[in-house]
Amino acid sequence: MNLFTPLPSVGEAITALLLLASGLVVLVAALGLWRLPDFFSRMHAPALASTLAAWLVTFASIAYFSTRGDGLALHVWLIIIVLSITAPVTTIVLARAALFRRRHSGDDLPPPLKPQDGAAD
Amino acid sequence: MSPLLSLAVTITLMLYVLAMGIGLARLMRGPTAQDRVLALDFLYVVGMLIMLALAIRYDSAMYFEGALLMVLFGFVSSVALAKFLLRGEVIE
Repeated sequence: MNLFTPLPSVGEAITALLLLASGLVVLVAALGLWRLPDFFSRMHAPALASTLAAWLVTFASIAYFSTRGDGLALHVWLIIIVLSITAPVTTIVLARAALFRRRHSGDDLPPPLKPQDGAAD
Repeated sequence: MSPLLSLAVTITLMLYVLAMGIGLARLMRGPTAQDRVLALDFLYVVGMLIMLALAIRYDSAMYFEGALLMVLFGFVSSVALAKFLLRGEVIE
């Protein structure tokens, strides 16, 4: 083995699979952001990108930078830690702002818990 | 970098850019202001993922700091915009 051997292909294959999976997850999140009918149901979709897709890319990055022979490269965990602290805060503040604005404009939110008369559920 | 991984990174970046385009359409269209803030937050997250994919593409660890800064700035801007929507001013 000299200095210019190519990378181990197992690490590259894992990296490629994780990257493609994260791309598909992000696309699903974007489609949910576009297609869902209401703002409060639309809020659920981007969480997919900031949790599952970010985890997948982090694992891909760890798998890629750790199979180069320089030892474990775990610093990408920091992004996941910061993101899992900040994403719920953003969601809560945004949901409260949306609730306030909808109530301020006259809507009666959230809807009552008991089923409506004639509701088929 | 093997051709397989190069192809995978290219396809992933294309998927990210497609997702960013859809998010940008929601940002432009969004019926209310909170839809636009949500789309902007989504764009920040996808931009961070693009930075991490580019770190693999160019085999450089320098993109990590950029991605970390992107997470922090996205958090600050989203919270500031949501606070503005809630109160009408950011710092009170």
